[in-house]
Amino acid sequence: MRFAHRHLLGIEHLSQSDITEILDLAETYVDMNRQSTKHSDVLSGLTQINMFFENSTRTQASFELAGKRLGADVMNMAMQASSINKGETLIDTALTLNAMHPDLLVVRHPHSGAVDLLAQKVNCAVLNAGDGRHEHPTQALLDALTIRRAKGRLHRLNIAICGDVAHSRVARSNLILLGKMENRIRLIGPPTLVPSQFAEFGAEVYDDMNEGLKDVDVVMMLRLQKERMDGGFIPSEREYYHRYGLNVEKLALAKPDAIVMHPGPMNRGVEIDGTLADDINRSVIQEQVEMGVAVRMAAMDLLARNLREVA
Amino acid sequence: MTSVLFTNARLIDPEAGTESTGWLQVNDGRISARGEGSAPSTEGHIVDCNGKCLAPGIIDIGVKVCEPGERHKESYRSAGLAAAAGGVTTIVTRPDTLPAVDTPETLEFATRRAQADAPVNVLPMAALTKGREGREMTEIGFLMDAGAIAFTDCDHVITNTKVFSRALTYAKSCGALVIAHPQEPGLSAGAAATSGKFAALRGLPAVSPMAERMGLDRDIALLEMTGAAYHADQITTARALPALERAKRNGLDITAGTSIHHLTLNELDVADYRTFFKVKPPLRSEDDRQAVIEAVRTGLIDIISSMHTPQDEESKRLPFEEAASGAVALETLLPAALRLYHAGQLDLPTLFRAMALNPAKRLGLDSGRLSQGAPADLVLFDPDVPFVLDRFALKSKSQNTPFDGQRMQGKVISTYVAGNEVFRRP
Repeated sequence: MRFAHRHLLGIEHLSQSDITEILDLAETYVDMNRQSTKHSDVLSGLTQINMFFENSTRTQASFELAGKRLGADVMNMAMQASSINKGETLIDTALTLNAMHPDLLVVRHPHSGAVDLLAQKVNCAVLNAGDGRHEHPTQALLDALTIRRAKGRLHRLNIAICGDVAHSRVARSNLILLGKMENRIRLIGPPTLVPSQFAEFGAEVYDDMNEGLKDVDVVMMLRLQKERMDGGFIPSEREYYHRYGLNVEKLALAKPDAIVMHPGPMNRGVEIDGTLADDINRSVIQEQVEMGVAVRMAAMDLLARNLREVA
Repeated sequence: MTSVLFTNARLIDPEAGTESTGWLQVNDGRISARGEGSAPSTEGHIVDCNGKCLAPGIIDIGVKVCEPGERHKESYRSAGLAAAAGGVTTIVTRPDTLPAVDTPETLEFATRRAQADAPVNVLPMAALTKGREGREMTEIGFLMDAGAIAFTDCDHVITNTKVFSRALTYAKSCGALVIAHPQEPGLSAGAAATSGKFAALRGLPAVSPMAERMGLDRDIALLEMTGAAYHADQITTARALPALERAKRNGLDITAGTSIHHLTLNELDVADYRTFFKVKPPLRSEDDRQAVIEAVRTGLIDIISSMHTPQDEESKRLPFEEAASGAVALETLLPAALRLYHAGQLDLPTLFRAMALNPAKRLGLDSGRLSQGAPADLVLFDPDVPFVLDRFALKSKSQNTPFDGQRMQGKVISTYVAGNEVFRRP
């Protein structure tokens, strides 16, 4: 089976073998990225445009580096500062860009489904870099690669996803991906941030973190958005840290070799203890960032192969 | 005046709850006689119905015509043509225009435009509060004199219960009907979908179906206080039904409607963020849909409306959360309702009880029935003819229908208002 997709809009559309194919290819890019000369020409001649309708430093940098290392011509557009403020609609913006003949369009948008909508209107391959609270597929793929390298497998693991699941596209994409790869998933957080309907996805929902962390192989923490901290969803930052912040004591309930993950950027002392985040024996947070570049290189490489085949 | 004899018709009588083969005589715009079997010989115009269905014309409460303000979305002429093509002989228009119909002057403007351009009956509703802002009541008495048939702030919920209770009390003294949108706005703010697995998967901000029951519960308590005549525009969830049933049993002057979209579609139809399926309140679960169909069958829900809401392409071609709500439905109301008939869930007299007889009764009209002396507002339709809906063939100026490309069954053959043919399918 080869990767037969025009876009990468979400994990929902990928099969087990698609996921494995991306991760296997990404492994080769991990090796390449560790050499002193890290360059390939698989995307040479192709134009990649990064359109970010929402602030992002890490994801945008990761996509930019991935494209440049593969030889693409990369352009960044910070959309929140541009035409949107002049009243242009998303579709008009898409059509304008489309007329410039990009080959790869990397899009982040604050609204769920916006990237799907945009993908219907353009001729190039679209990569979803996060849409609202819907999906963030490359994040789930880089998390999967990190887990696979740390644990030696990506199936039959107990994985806890902790924190603001309700508003997190990272959680959704991970839930779908890890489910597809046949893992047991626990969702841990206050019921205001982990609504019970997530149980219908086949996950176990816990509002007691001590219970939820028992014997898990992977602890995946989510970022708590600043605007959700005061009174609306949780009473206060300090109460949240007390009940749902990850520290050494809580982590001791997990398996002794359990790894700690976080998509970044971290709120030290809110959802995760700072020392724990820096503990290289437990935390794979820096490795996640490294895998991010490799996974994005792999995803763009696969989409570009399909582009060239059509052309 | 006209004299028409309809022969060989399958007469749908929602009053008696029966279907029969027979004839119907129209004189001077009113039904003068009807009977079973073959017709008496007569002078004048004869329409042979070929065994097709002849029913009272649909009375549709809650149609948005975008005059004044957004005539490019829908005018009285285009809405009237769409209504006639859909077998709707009376449209009861919403006041949520720009500006809102909240003074006798704007109401007179709308009435004048309607009379000049629309081939069907148009009965305007007026806003219950000025600007639909929920602060001060409108001139209910003057507006009734100017022809307002009912009062509603449409999808704006009057959150200030003191304002709403006074408006209900005053409306009762005028004998006015108040139509409200039962919803707890604190809970539904920002929502684009109904909470549940589908909304969670799509990452859409969602509202619990409980918000509808909360809104209805509050309104029922206010009715107990004020004794006003009240109609809930759309009841769409199973959980609101017991409260409605109790209120009716307790003798309150309450009726309820639902929309054709909530009867024939569910939340999963939104699929990949299809904004033509974004309506207000959002589409519900299949369990809710089935409960609402059953409530229409038993008569607990009295009225089916199209909730016709034209939106231009620009307001729909946006990410789902940003896109406007609403769908056009004047022309698809009958074929969509016939889905319930073909599915064996509602028979034709029941459908026309909810689409013609009950709306007429609630508004105090003598139409909506096939009895002698009633206005000859009629629709002749073939319930069986299949077709694929093409939205660009609709007569509305806006074509935001969720049924585009869908297989449907049942077409209007011709429509009559006061005995005059206002539509005939070519």
